[in-house]
Amino acid sequence: MKRKMLAGAVALASLSLTACAGGSSGAEAEGQIDYWLWDSNQQPAYQQCADAFHEANPDLTVKITQRGWDDYWSALTTAFSSGTGPDVFTDHVSKYPEFVANGQLLALDDHIADVDLDQYSAGLADLWVAQDGKRYGLPKDWDTVAIFYNQQMVADAGLTEKDMQDLDWNPDDGGSYEEAIARLTVDANGVRGDEPGFDKENVAVYGLGIPGAGYENGQTEWSMYTATTGWTHTDENPWGTHYNYDDPRFQETIAWWYSLIEKGYAPPLETTIGASVNDNFGAGKSAINISGDWMLSTYFGYDGVDVGLAPTPTGPNGKRASMFNGLADSVWAGTDNPEGAAKWVAFLGSTDCQDLVGAAGVVFPAITSSAEIATEAFAEKGIDVSPFTTHVEDGTTFLFPVTDHASDVHAIMTPAMDEVLGGKSDVSSLTEANEQVNALFD
Amino acid sequence: MTTTALDRPAGRTGGGGVPAGPARRRPRNQLWPALGMIAPAALGFLVFYLYPTLRGAYLSFTEYNVLGSPVFVGLQNYVDMAQDDVFWNAVRVTFLYVVLNIGFQTVLAVGLAVLMHRLTRSVLIRGSLLLPYLIANVVVALLWFWMLDYNIGIVNAVIDAVGLPKVAFFGDEAWTVATIAGVNTWRHLGYTALLVFAGLQMIPASVYEAAAVDGAGEWRTFWRITLPLLRPVLVLVLVITVTGAFQVFDTVAVTTAGGPGNASRVLQLYIYEQAFARGHFGYASAMSVVLFLILAGAAFAQMRLLRAGESDLS
Repeated sequence: MKRKMLAGAVALASLSLTACAGGSSGAEAEGQIDYWLWDSNQQPAYQQCADAFHEANPDLTVKITQRGWDDYWSALTTAFSSGTGPDVFTDHVSKYPEFVANGQLLALDDHIADVDLDQYSAGLADLWVAQDGKRYGLPKDWDTVAIFYNQQMVADAGLTEKDMQDLDWNPDDGGSYEEAIARLTVDANGVRGDEPGFDKENVAVYGLGIPGAGYENGQTEWSMYTATTGWTHTDENPWGTHYNYDDPRFQETIAWWYSLIEKGYAPPLETTIGASVNDNFGAGKSAINISGDWMLSTYFGYDGVDVGLAPTPTGPNGKRASMFNGLADSVWAGTDNPEGAAKWVAFLGSTDCQDLVGAAGVVFPAITSSAEIATEAFAEKGIDVSPFTTHVEDGTTFLFPVTDHASDVHAIMTPAMDEVLGGKSDVSSLTEANEQVNALFD
Repeated sequence: MTTTALDRPAGRTGGGGVPAGPARRRPRNQLWPALGMIAPAALGFLVFYLYPTLRGAYLSFTEYNVLGSPVFVGLQNYVDMAQDDVFWNAVRVTFLYVVLNIGFQTVLAVGLAVLMHRLTRSVLIRGSLLLPYLIANVVVALLWFWMLDYNIGIVNAVIDAVGLPKVAFFGDEAWTVATIAGVNTWRHLGYTALLVFAGLQMIPASVYEAAAVDGAGEWRTFWRITLPLLRPVLVLVLVITVTGAFQVFDTVAVTTAGGPGNASRVLQLYIYEQAFARGHFGYASAMSVVLFLILAGAAFAQMRLLRAGESDLS
C-alpha cells in the first residue's frame, strides 16, 4: 500500500515538528507501548484495538502515533538510529528487508508461539519470513486494486454496467478496455475520443486518470496489465535477485499505456505533478481511475459523484490480475519491552483486533473471517466490494515484489518511468534502467 | 577603534600629558576574559559546526547506512560520484537554478531598493515588501504549488480564461526549474531589497547633490553613482544569496520532489535522498563535501572578482 500526492507534501511540511516528537519513548511511562502507523483513515479502528488490548492487559497501554507515508520511513530510520524508535510499527514489504539486514527488527518466532498462520489469506504470512527463515511481522491487512468509474459518465457514453464488469485488454489494441476509455473521453466541444473530429489537445474529461508513472512497482498504474501478459517484476518472489524491466512484454505494455496519453485518452504526465488523481476524478475530470481498496472511503466520499466499481480487465492470459500487498506489524529490536510488544503484535494479528478493524469498513483485514466482516461493513455503506475480493477468491493476485535494495530500485526506476511516460524517452530506455537495477544485486 | 591607544600606558611620549588614572587601567592579560566571552559561541561552533563538518568529511570516505557502523572505503564514493550521471545532472540543475534565481532576484532587488530609496519614506510600504519573507519557505512553496497547479490552480484558470494554452509550471521539464527559481525569488526579493536598501543609505546624500548640480539624470546617477558605491554591499548580498541558492531544498522537496524525471533534482535533494531515503550516508557525505567546496569557491571568487574589501567612497 502506498500513499502519495499532496498528503505527502503536507506531511513533509510537518517534518521539523515530528522529528522532535520522536524522543517520546525515552521518557515513556512504565508499561507503555509506542505504536506507529501511517494511514489516518485506519487510526480510529486501531485505537479501538488499543483500548480493547488495555482492557485485557491493564498493565499495558498502547500509545498510537500517526504520521504520513512520505515522512514515515525517514522518521522511523532516524528514530531507530537515535534509539528512540517505536516498540511496534506498521511495516511494508518494500521496507522491511533493509531493516532486517541492519538488525533493526525483532524475530517474532521466539516471542509469539501459538499463532494459526492458516487463518490469514493465502500468501500473506509468507511475505514476512526473511531470508534467514525467521518471521518479522504478523499480517494485518491486504489490498487489491479495481476500477473506479463515474456512473453518470458511463451512462452518458452509452455503456452499461455489464460492459464495465466484463472488460478485456491486450497490449496491441487495448481491447474493449481501450474502447471504453476512448468512448468516455470527451473534448471541450463534446466530441468523444472514438468519434471523428476529436481534439486531443483540448480534452475536458479523460477516459482514464493516471496518478503518475508508477515507480518500480506500478501497483495502481500498470501492474494489473503487465501481470496478465505473464510478466513478473522479478525472477522469483519474494527475495528475487533479478528484475525484468527489459522484458518485451513489460515494455510493450508500457508503450500501450503511454499511447493512451498520445491519443489524448489519458492526461499528459506533466499535468499529474502535484495533482491528486482521485480529486480530479471527484471533480469530473476523469471517468475511470484504477486504485486500491484503501481509497474506497475517499472515492465514495465525493459529493455529487456516483461511483461504480468494476474488476480490472482480463488480459492475454484470459484472466484478471491484481497486485496483492499485505501490511504487517513488526517489533523494533531496540524495544525496552519485547514481551509486551510481542503481546500487542499478537493481539493485532488476532480476530480480537481484526474483527474490530473489519467492522470499521476501511480496509480488508488479513484474517479471512475478519475480511468477511469488512465486506459486510462496506455493503452496509452501500459499497459492493466484490471487484476487490474477486481476485482473492479466483486466485488472480500476485504478490508485491519483495527484494533487497528496494529503495535504490525505487530511486532508479522513478525517473526512468517518468522519462518514458513524459514522452522524453522510448520504452527501450527501460532496458538500461534495468541494467542499473540488476547491477545492485551483483 | 581606539583601543590600541588606550592600552598603551600614557607614558613619556604618548597621551599628550593626560595622566593615566587607575580607573582607566585595564587588566594586563585580557586573554581569559576574552575567552570567557566567546566561549558560548565557540562551544556552539565546535559542537554544531566544526564537529559535524569533520565527521561528515570522514564519513565521505566510508560506506555508512546509519543503522550499522561506517566502513572505510577510501575514495570509492568520489570515484562513484564522478561516474554518477544523476549527480552531474544535479550539479547542472543546481547551477541553472542559481543563475535564474540570483539573476532575477538581484536585478529586481536593486530596482526595488532604489525605488524605496528615491520614492518613498513610508515605513508601511517599506515594511510590506518584507512580508513574503516572513512566511515559512514550505508554506510559500505549497501556496504557489496550488496556485500554479495545472488542473485547479488559479493562475492556469486565468491563463485559460484569456484563451492562452495552460502551462504545467511544475510538471513541464522546460518550466520546472524556472518556476521554482521564481517562487523563491518572490519570497526572498523583499529581504534582499532591504539589504541593498541599507547599502543605499550609506551613500552620502552630498554625492547625489553634486550629481544633481552637475546635471545628471536619474538613469545616469544610478549607473555612475549608485551602483559603483553600492558594490561592497552588493558583494555581501550576492555571497549570502548565492550560498543560500545553492542549498535550495525545501521548495523542491514539497513540490516536485525532483521530478519530472530528474529535471528538478537539485544537489541538496539528491544528497537528502541518498542519505535518508536510500541509506547511503557515506555517498551523501561525499556529495556534501563537494557542495561545500563549490560554495567556498563561489564565495571566494565573488569576493575577489568584485573587490569586496574596497569601497570607492574612500
